[in-house]
Amino acid sequence: MAMKVSDGVQLSTERLLELYHQMWLVRYFDEKVDEFFAKGLIHGTTHLCVGQEATAVGACAVLEERDKITSTHRGHGHCIAKGAQADRMMAELFGRETGYCKGKGGSMHIADVEKGNLGANGIVGGGIPIAAGAALTSKMKNLGYVVLCFFGDGASNEGSFHEAINLAAIWKLPVIFFCENNQYGMSGPVKEMVAIENIADRSKAYGIPGVVVDGNDIFEVMRVTEEAVRRARQGEGPTLIEAKTYRWKGHSKSDAKKYRTREEEQQWREEKDPIEKMAARLIGDQIASREQLEALRIKAYEEIEAAVQFAEASPMPNPDTITEDVFA
Amino acid sequence: MMREITYLEALRESMSQIMRENEDVFMLGEDIGVYGGAFGVSRGMIEEFGPERIRNTPISESAIAGAAVGAALTGMRPILELQFSDFITIAMDQIVNQAAKIRYMYGGKGKVPMVVRTPAGSGTGAAAQHSQSLEAWMTHIPGLKVIQPSTAYDAKGLLRAAIEDDNPVIFYEHKLLYRTKGHVPEEPYTLPIGKADVKRAGTDVTVVATSIMVHKALEAAELLEKEGIQIEVIDPRTLVPLDIETIVESVKKTSRLVVVHEAVKRSGFGAEIVSQVMESDAFDYLDAPIQRLGGLDVPIPYNPIMEKKAVPQIDDIVSAVKRTLK
Repeated sequence: MAMKVSDGVQLSTERLLELYHQMWLVRYFDEKVDEFFAKGLIHGTTHLCVGQEATAVGACAVLEERDKITSTHRGHGHCIAKGAQADRMMAELFGRETGYCKGKGGSMHIADVEKGNLGANGIVGGGIPIAAGAALTSKMKNLGYVVLCFFGDGASNEGSFHEAINLAAIWKLPVIFFCENNQYGMSGPVKEMVAIENIADRSKAYGIPGVVVDGNDIFEVMRVTEEAVRRARQGEGPTLIEAKTYRWKGHSKSDAKKYRTREEEQQWREEKDPIEKMAARLIGDQIASREQLEALRIKAYEEIEAAVQFAEASPMPNPDTITEDVFA
Repeated sequence: MMREITYLEALRESMSQIMRENEDVFMLGEDIGVYGGAFGVSRGMIEEFGPERIRNTPISESAIAGAAVGAALTGMRPILELQFSDFITIAMDQIVNQAAKIRYMYGGKGKVPMVVRTPAGSGTGAAAQHSQSLEAWMTHIPGLKVIQPSTAYDAKGLLRAAIEDDNPVIFYEHKLLYRTKGHVPEEPYTLPIGKADVKRAGTDVTVVATSIMVHKALEAAELLEKEGIQIEVIDPRTLVPLDIETIVESVKKTSRLVVVHEAVKRSGFGAEIVSQVMESDAFDYLDAPIQRLGGLDVPIPYNPIMEKKAVPQIDDIVSAVKRTLK
């Protein structure tokens, strides 16, 4: 093992490089989407997770294939981290037939149910009770999978969060509540909108463990998530993880970001870049060279370029299929 | 074998029979355990099926509706008992924005085979927040099926159909129908979703009625028969998908139509039925303006006389029928 993060998280060089590459895939996917939105080439709106790569990749890294996730409106990173293909995701954002949702879902509703991604969600907090339900199935049928439920600081104020976490606690459901606290619920700074310092402390109200973690340290994210996954799988019930992170871009397409300073953004970008953090560790531990890492970055870049080409070449869905799939 | 059982017993029997066959079917809801459900529908079921499959929940409609969505999406077939249909307001996001839309948004990947069973209607003095008929809201959402049985026989067969359906189904019961009796076969059976039932054949006026209004319409029919007026009472049974063909065929036969439901008249489902008839070839057969009956534009009052006045009664139906014959 090239790196032992904890008893539960021991990683080979190959695996480490895979995760590093995946973080770049997430970043370049969202950077590319941002570019296309700026050019008016993609319809609708989108919510980018640039700067939050370590939470998506790190949390999903410790899941098994049979495990499931529920995602948020800021869900491209989760989707890639759970094994989706960038080209079919890009095709979905381009509204093409080859997209994961045949062009009918778009950015906020991207799902890959077969790979265990039960869907991004356009409703803040909408996926939290669904995650509890998916975990209920696992428990009732003894299927052994866990559900990782992503949500943000904003969602932790929704009624659905409180109802679902209590339900999961009383029924000891195999679900991990993973809060990506990126400091802002749209324009609402978490300091103004949440009454307490650490959202993880809300776990006390529900009698479950709560953990705060540096969301930009992929190793810490993996360590803490693996413990929670193990607890859940062993039947000990849910955990609330709060990963402190930051979104580099605005909330959505039309966000002038008046609610925060450029200095604050710069500080997070320059001093707390999750990808650079991982690189520094890999290089410092002599697991990889800068050249190796560069090659992986370029590879990710090229994959996203290819994804765009795939999307652009894909056909639009036949408009007559508009009434299909309303009912099973 | 047929015997007389109550609407409530028919529901319990339907669920119990399917739960014995299919392990994936389970119930969740408030007070459905040893309490037996607020109206007694699940009485005895926890003793047979245990607390895992008859799941008593906290008072958390958003979480339990969402849990039903998540469970359905991952292979289970949950039946959510919403204690009073008025509480759907708290579960709305999970039903409207999640359950109804997931399959479509995901391009056909994934399905949500869940049933929300819930008692609607007034007459028990429960007043404004516990007496509503909000089925029109649910009929407005693409992706939901809406069923509203009026008899024990229909309830048993349609509930099984709802549970077997791979889509989210909202199943509206009526508080005052729970104790009504009917002949119900002992064995399990299914009735088709989306098929209306002619509850009484007639030649003079078509009366389309839902839920408890079916019973009021049948009583009106007895009164009208004494005056030589034969009404045809049609019970849609399912609101979405609506069996408009049966209604249209009847109107073409009688040339007169009365539509009656308990729900508030304004924007009630009756408006949809009337509009669809007007848009059909039955339009040319109408000999009189269509009469539409529904509740007054008021929250249901507590006072028992006012409570009755707030919704259509038998003589309102009789008067409406006669207006079409003027």
